[in-house]
Amino acid sequence: MAIFALAWQSLLNRRFTAMLTVVSIALSVTLLVGVERLRTEARLSFANTLSGTDLIVGARSGPVQLLLYSVFRIGDATNNISWKSYQDIAAHPLVKWTVPVSLGDSHRGFRVLGTTSAYFDHYRYARDRALVITDGRRFADLYDAVLGAEVAERLGYRVNDPIVVAHGASDVRFARHDDKPFRVVGILARTGTPVDRTVHVGLEAIEAIHIDWQSGAPIPGVSVSAEQARKLDLTPNAITAALVGLKSKVATFRVQRFVNDYPEEPLSAILPGAALSQLWELIGIAENALLIVSVFVVVVGLFGMLTALLTSLNERRREMAILRSVGARPGHVFALIMGEAGFLTLLGSVVGLALLYLLLLAGQPVIESRFGIFIGISALSSHEWTLLSAVVTAGFVVGGIPSYRAYRLSLADGLSVRV
Amino acid sequence: MIIDIRQLEFRWQADSTTVLSIASLEVAKGECLFVKGPSGSGKSTLLSLLAGVTTASAGTVRVMDQPLERLGSVQRDHFRADHIGYIFQMFNLIPYLSVIDNVLLPCRFSARRRGQALARAKDLETEARRLLGHLDLDHPELHRRAVTTLSVGQQQRVAAARALMGTPELLIADEPTSSLDTDRRESFIRLLFDECREVGTTLIFVSHDASLEKLFDRTVDLAEINCHATGTVGA
Ligand SMILES: Nc1ncnc2c1ncn2[C@@H]1O[C@H](COP(=O)(O)OP(=O)(O)OP(=O)(O)O)[C@@H](O)[C@H]1O
Ligand SMILES: [Mg+2]
Repeated sequence: MAIFALAWQSLLNRRFTAMLTVVSIALSVTLLVGVERLRTEARLSFANTLSGTDLIVGARSGPVQLLLYSVFRIGDATNNISWKSYQDIAAHPLVKWTVPVSLGDSHRGFRVLGTTSAYFDHYRYARDRALVITDGRRFADLYDAVLGAEVAERLGYRVNDPIVVAHGASDVRFARHDDKPFRVVGILARTGTPVDRTVHVGLEAIEAIHIDWQSGAPIPGVSVSAEQARKLDLTPNAITAALVGLKSKVATFRVQRFVNDYPEEPLSAILPGAALSQLWELIGIAENALLIVSVFVVVVGLFGMLTALLTSLNERRREMAILRSVGARPGHVFALIMGEAGFLTLLGSVVGLALLYLLLLAGQPVIESRFGIFIGISALSSHEWTLLSAVVTAGFVVGGIPSYRAYRLSLADGLSVRV
Repeated sequence: MIIDIRQLEFRWQADSTTVLSIASLEVAKGECLFVKGPSGSGKSTLLSLLAGVTTASAGTVRVMDQPLERLGSVQRDHFRADHIGYIFQMFNLIPYLSVIDNVLLPCRFSARRRGQALARAKDLETEARRLLGHLDLDHPELHRRAVTTLSVGQQQRVAAARALMGTPELLIADEPTSSLDTDRRESFIRLLFDECREVGTTLIFVSHDASLEKLFDRTVDLAEINCHATGTVGA
């Protein structure tokens, strides 16, 4: 024990360099555990881009493709679902709710999504968070539009601004539905999901703007004005996809089979959670690279400590001879250096963790509002503990090198003071 | 006899030449012995043997009737902690410890020395201050100073107080006065003598300064008793 008191006093004496070592270890620990935490939370948050929805139904395709166009608005559907099929699914006794999704139009690069008011009731993201309208209200009139946060921010829209929807994904003059302009009635809070980049309109509105169109172009000579369209039957023939909520999760596979075996049309039903994690596997390589980089930062931090300890050894040979003269064993000399390395590593880890939690506390609201990733300020997960103990173990192993060298030196030097 | 050396042979490495070859050297308890000899004659080596840092290649070195070569290295370290005080030529003090903490060092490694120090004073610090006082370092302001700000003479006296802490049986000093001027040398040695006499500590004092010889009970000239140069083993 006496030797650890000495190690402590010796460290205090070199507190400036010791502090630098602690800081470099602390920063590397903050980075390592922080990256790990972000990684887990980002994955969780991604897996929760769409939560609360039990099944997504679309035309027959692979789960990732269906997910990409129905949730991420990336790519296009190969086929639509007929309104009748949609009605049949909605009428299934195990189905609690359905939300139709109709895609195909865009506004200045942002996708337009036709849906019903039920969308705002049932869409959930990030562990059961509902959509919030920060400004205005849901769509009520035929030509009302509700904007995602990013759409409003990037294009500078406010409630009551008029917008014109274009046909297809590219906004070109001849493909604009400029005879039927929309009015912004609501703006959603940021979610960090594709909802932010979506213009929401009523399903009937999609029907209305296409009433005088056929196969992607206006029908020559036919023109139905915005007001005339109101009087027509605007029930769609088809929709792109549907979000489905079930009465009980147990029924998921039964309803999935019902959809997949639907006789009148080839359809697919996918589980969003499973498809999302499948997609994450594809894009998750970057996060692994990030973790590997932060592991190397820890290695660099520990090498800094190794260098500092090894350089201090030569200056400390006299100290070791003095200690041996008062009865310290070479083992004590080993413990003196080891105690220092261990203390620096432990302190570095503790400071690093404290720093991480401070950063999390400070950054949580920002990260949540900017990226929609909700980072829980929870205790360390078992995986994080593993990482941390790996750092501490590595610190002790690295500390073993100068400690062993000091041990050998003090055996060889004995009481002769060499410098 | 506190020290009894018989037929000692010592080499630093098994294949190197013999550095020390001493047929017999006895030191009585309480004696103040002056060891002289030219540089490289093996004075420091002899002290390492007495302190149990190294062991004889042949023959025996008995300290307090204990043949040191029969002890394991850990036991020798314990033996040194318990029974021996050591003063270096210079830079004796651990720079990051206060004067008092430097003096208390032996008590951290030896329960026996701690016990003996406590037998003389109510606590360790009082004993350390008492010893420092005896060595003309009784100014409390000095005790608080960083040891690196002390003069060389003051540092050597702190080292002496440390070596004497907990009344070890044997005090070994390897040229402790070579960095002091002539006046200081004598007064330093007299202070050492006083302390050693008071508790009956045996002093082995190495120096190549023959002028100090007269102060001691007895002188051993390594050049005379160390026979490795001639290769003969004296009687
Ligand atoms: N650790 C060591 N390893 C190998 N050889 C050593 C070691 N220490 C001393 N020697 C050798 O042993 C011999 C005696 O050295 P020692 O230091 O005992 O002499 P000394 O009488 O104390 O000299 P000085 O008066 O200069 O201090 C020298 O030849 C020296 O080179
Ligand atoms: Mg010497």
